Amino acid sequence: MERQIYFDHAATTPLCKEALEKMLPYFTEVFGNPNSQHAYGRESVKAVDEARDTIAKIINAKPNEVYFTSGGTEGDNWALRGVANAYKNKGKHIIISPIEHAAMLVTAKALEKEGFEISYMKVDEDGVVDLEHLKSIVREDTIFIGCMMANNEVGTIEPIKEIAKIAKDCGAVCFTDAVQAAGVLKIDVKELGVDLMSMSGHKIYGPKGVGALYIRNGVKVQSILTGGHQERMKRGGTTNVPAIVGFAEAFKIADRDLEKNFNYVSSLRDRFIDRVLAEVPFVKLNGPRENRLPANADFSFKFIEGESILFSLDLAGIAVSSGSACSSGSLEPSHVLLALGLPEELAHGSIRFSFGKHNTMEEVDYAVEKIKEAVQKLREMSPLFKAEGEIKYV
Amino acid sequence: MYNEKVMDVFKNPKNVGEIENPDGIGTVGNASCGDIMQISLKIENDVIVDAKFKTFGCAAAIATSSTATEMIKGMTIKEALEVTNKKVVECLGGLPAQKIHCSVLAEEAIKKAIDDYLAKKNA
Repeated sequence: MERQIYFDHAATTPLCKEALEKMLPYFTEVFGNPNSQHAYGRESVKAVDEARDTIAKIINAKPNEVYFTSGGTEGDNWALRGVANAYKNKGKHIIISPIEHAAMLVTAKALEKEGFEISYMKVDEDGVVDLEHLKSIVREDTIFIGCMMANNEVGTIEPIKEIAKIAKDCGAVCFTDAVQAAGVLKIDVKELGVDLMSMSGHKIYGPKGVGALYIRNGVKVQSILTGGHQERMKRGGTTNVPAIVGFAEAFKIADRDLEKNFNYVSSLRDRFIDRVLAEVPFVKLNGPRENRLPANADFSFKFIEGESILFSLDLAGIAVSSGSACSSGSLEPSHVLLALGLPEELAHGSIRFSFGKHNTMEEVDYAVEKIKEAVQKLREMSPLFKAEGEIKYV
Repeated sequence: MYNEKVMDVFKNPKNVGEIENPDGIGTVGNASCGDIMQISLKIENDVIVDAKFKTFGCAAAIATSSTATEMIKGMTIKEALEVTNKKVVECLGGLPAQKIHCSVLAEEAIKKAIDDYLAKKNA
């Protein structure tokens, strides 16, 4: 192995040192259960309260509007299922975007079987929600409108403020999945006007297995984890104190350095996109050129399949992810790329590169050279390349 | 997920390419499923003297293409028709369950290429 380059920060990030140091005492010395009445318990309560305050402040919420979860998937499940169950007497119509995370899509499918009606927003070829279409499908019985703040695969940043306005006008609860956006984009829940927002720790140099759901005071959300008094009776399960402490610390640092990281990571991404578009023939950038997450570059490489690109780059020491069916274990390629209108062949040939604050420009340049080699080698193996290559796609 | 053998073969696949004026050629799969495999053969006196492949697909599809073409070189067409996907997978030391369909493509591509040879021969 020559060298190792990590370009998969949208999958997960390494824990930052500050968060690790802050967490360590809570594994051993300060181990009390926050539900306990004694001094051990109280010490843990203090740590969790501080973490809650920190996160509330960053997103401009009240501390009692922040509920800790096990991460993005739980937040998405809880928001959707919890609102559906709490408001089902008012209506059974739910609207979500077609490019949500599986945590939303699969939960919506399950709710459909339970008698709810699911409608999907339209997105354009860059993945941006069509607001006029959304306005045309809201109904009196719409109880939930959900759209992610930024897409995990193609990086598209969605018009959440406008979506929240539409939700408010029709009396529906507005949810946004901010797993990829929190700590990367400046978020003010009051200004956005959302009612619920899910967040995750490990995408922002915090620990895995922890996240939070913002629930605006006054919004009803039924519990999905029942049986404990934790999180003000709303979410059972022993509080994961070290993870919560680490999450808050990582979020604090991400917020402190937000502009610096945004600009730096954007500069890596821009150079990468510019070079790939200029130097690799027959590629398509998925998602918008502007208005995308600073870390995200997603390409479809024509004539070749994503999983084989992923492993070719892996052999060259470069870690990326793919929207191809073969890497996901399903037979269908990425639902996100299909929703953007990509033909299946191009959806199968997609690779997501996601950069982080520790990456360097030199790594970007090195990777571009390795990508050129890998793509060329795979194209020489592809029956599609010779058959229609230069002729069909000039 | 993949074992070392599969990764080795994927890294350095053998028999990549297309035989000029092949005696038999077979293409199976389609782009919308994410797998296309083409096998071309040079056959003398019903013996496969050369085999090449071109594959659009995942690492398992490429590894099975390489292994299958290696296996059938030197075989009579009768022997080659008995090369099952199971034998290709065994030769690779196993594949993850969801990748078994890739090895089926190799078996089908060989059969199709031989059918093409027989059709031409009998024409």
